[in-house]
Amino acid sequence: MAAGVATWLPFARAAAVGWLPLAQQPLPPAPEVKASRGDEVLVVNVSGRRFETWKNTLDRYPDTLLGSSEKEFFYDAESGEYFFDRDPDMFRHVLNFYRTGRLHCPRQECIQAFDEELAFYGLVPELVGDCCLEEYRDRKKENAERLAEDEEAEQAGEGPALPAGSSLRQRLWRAFENPHTSTAALVFYYVTGFFIAVSVIANVVETIPCRGPARRPTRDQPCGDRFPTAFFCMDTACVLIFTGEYLLRLFAAPSRCRFLRSVMSLIDVVAILPYYIGLFVPKNDDVSGAFVTLRVFRVFRIFKFSRHSQGLRILGYTLKSCASELGFLLFSLTMAIIIFATVMFYAEKGTSKTNFTSIPAAFWYTIVTMTTLGYGDMVPSTIAGKIFGSICSLSGVLVIALPVPVIVSNFSRIYHQNQRADKRRAQQKVRLARIRLAKSGTTNAFLQYKQNGGLEDSGSGEGQALCVRSRSAFEQQHHHLLHCLEKTTCHEFTDELTFSEALGAVSLDGRTSRSTSVSSQPMGPGSLLSSCCPRRVKRRAIRLANSTASVSRGSMQELDTLAGLRRSPAPQSRSSLNAKPHDSLDLNCDSRDFVAAIISIPTPPANTPDESQPSSPGGGGVSGGRSNPTLRNSSLDTPCFLPETVKISSL
Amino acid sequence: MRGQGRKESLSESRDLDGSYDQLTDSVEDEFELSTVCHRPEGLEQLQEQTKFTRKELQVLYRGFKNECPSGIVNEENFKQIYSQFFPQGDSSTYATFLFNAFDTNHDGSVSFEDFVAGLSVILRGTIDDRLNWAFNLYDLNKDGCITKEEMLDIMKSIYDMMGKYTYPALREEAPREHVESFFQKMDRNKDGVVTIEEFIESCQKDENIMKSMQLFDNVI
Repeated sequence: MAAGVATWLPFARAAAVGWLPLAQQPLPPAPEVKASRGDEVLVVNVSGRRFETWKNTLDRYPDTLLGSSEKEFFYDAESGEYFFDRDPDMFRHVLNFYRTGRLHCPRQECIQAFDEELAFYGLVPELVGDCCLEEYRDRKKENAERLAEDEEAEQAGEGPALPAGSSLRQRLWRAFENPHTSTAALVFYYVTGFFIAVSVIANVVETIPCRGPARRPTRDQPCGDRFPTAFFCMDTACVLIFTGEYLLRLFAAPSRCRFLRSVMSLIDVVAILPYYIGLFVPKNDDVSGAFVTLRVFRVFRIFKFSRHSQGLRILGYTLKSCASELGFLLFSLTMAIIIFATVMFYAEKGTSKTNFTSIPAAFWYTIVTMTTLGYGDMVPSTIAGKIFGSICSLSGVLVIALPVPVIVSNFSRIYHQNQRADKRRAQQKVRLARIRLAKSGTTNAFLQYKQNGGLEDSGSGEGQALCVRSRSAFEQQHHHLLHCLEKTTCHEFTDELTFSEALGAVSLDGRTSRSTSVSSQPMGPGSLLSSCCPRRVKRRAIRLANSTASVSRGSMQELDTLAGLRRSPAPQSRSSLNAKPHDSLDLNCDSRDFVAAIISIPTPPANTPDESQPSSPGGGGVSGGRSNPTLRNSSLDTPCFLPETVKISSL
Repeated sequence: MRGQGRKESLSESRDLDGSYDQLTDSVEDEFELSTVCHRPEGLEQLQEQTKFTRKELQVLYRGFKNECPSGIVNEENFKQIYSQFFPQGDSSTYATFLFNAFDTNHDGSVSFEDFVAGLSVILRGTIDDRLNWAFNLYDLNKDGCITKEEMLDIMKSIYDMMGKYTYPALREEAPREHVESFFQKMDRNKDGVVTIEEFIESCQKDENIMKSMQLFDNVI
């Protein structure tokens, strides 16, 4: 119910006194109203700006945030006010809605921001008042269109990300729709374009009269008749290619019915059909007239270029969207033509030897005059005819000029939208790259943190502090969360490189660096396997002073590798040694540690994987490899198999 | 008891030179109407005239002014407001009767003073006052007595507010029967009309009515 209703309710109830004497049954008792119905002033503090309003005002709309008890969540008892950490400028509009019952839309604010505020305060967008409703809707629609284009562009631009299980059909369709996905598609694209051009040129050239070798006094023949076989072969070749293309598209289309009905496929059909009809129609004179007509349709092949040209498509789309304006233009022109033709006909009727033999004959004059062509093949000779002829040409200018700006503005809008789409696609790539970088940044932070022994919870506090890069509270908690996940699933996070390499390389080279032996002896080079029974694993890092591992290899049998990980460029030069639990951090932050890599034979990894999987970019970066600490101390309740790990270091 | 302090400021918009067409006609009409503004008497006078406290008057006026910035309610508005409370039925007739009851000086509009005066009687008046007010409501032509026709009109308007979907289903004769029973109870001398004295007397004898008169005391 509207705001005013709440105000008038007491009045309506009071007026019910009029029913009392008439009531045949006793009336129910009135509901209990809480005593403090006194009107109080509430203070709403929105980001420092204080708004004060009567409580009644807010109570008018009980199904919004401010009108219901939901606002109690925001009540600050000390200051006695309701605090919202939102935009105060927008709040003004929201509050005015309570006061006046109409929600106005601010002109200078972003419509998305406004929507978000409405959603927060529990107001439905339908409450926007009539005065602002249209503008609100328009702006929202524009925004939505833009976002939809964004999504489309995203999907379209997803070239490389083809689902692995796509069938031939899907791949083919993709290749057709997006020629830039693969070289084959590109080649196909250009070949078809070339053949379209060849076909069109052949059609044109075969009508040019060409001279024979011997001078003929008779008329020149068109080239098509001089070299019929050549042209026929060319035509056949083109049609074969087009037919092949059409059939392939038909096969690859996800929805064949829709494909059959689409404009491009119709154009394709119309382009190749005349040829086949011509094949089957016998060449006798009866039907040769029809046959000739069919050849005209061959010119439709030029429309096939619209698959190759964005601009053509835009033009076509513009015309389609301006259909109503074009229709109006046509209609008004027709009206004017008929009127003026009639008038001219009757004006020129009296003259002898006049061109204006009938009204339809006068149509030609009217059209030529209204479009200011003025061929001059038909001219009025009477005075009346001349007067009406001049009126005709003046009005023609007006009638044609009216719808044209609409069409032009439509075209301009669509064209600019298209430009925007292209620009946005480019921006999108950058944006996605940035997002991926941010994502990998967090993961890398976690991985790096692990390497640096940060997860070692047995270590002494200070020692740890030295080694580990200080993290914000958020990061700490986030890392703890990831760590919990690792523990839960008995898998570890790793990066793409190590993961892919692990998949590829199962064999072991003769390079080792570490082992997971319980005794803290370094494994000799060449030792491959470590234990295969679950046991507590000590963590150690053996530092090879001269290791300059540049690339870390190996990975855990990790299925939850974070995809799209970028290698962090930051050098991970720290590692914490622990030969023993307690000297966790013999820090030598400058030393370049090798990267311990683990290649695991596919068994479920232990929940305490030895090595982490830091990555480092090639060329000098070293990633210290350390994995989690404190396995010795922690009691591993969950029996997980140790990975049969072999550490390989790249030296 | 309308005080002379009633201020009325009329600022009529100038009539445009009558060259309007269909499209702009109505807009200009609205311009003229909405510029009439009415201000009530001072708070003190209203406090004297009615039985509301200062705070109550403030609350009432704020609500009233919010809904009707021009300071008066005309019949259309009144009907519209009242109909929001009874969405199933048609409350326009009863709203008209109510409007006439509130509009004590019969000038076609209810100002804040009328409004508050009426409410004061209903909510803060004595039982007799309220009965008087109710009688005034029923007495459509204000001639001092209620005839059967008047009562029938009132009854029909009340039943109209119920709408179509009732249980048990509304019969045609229900208002009439109700009127009959009402006259049975109220009309002492069986002369076919109910005067104010008969009305008050009969109501005072009825327990239910007496009890329910207190029902709406704490509405404001």
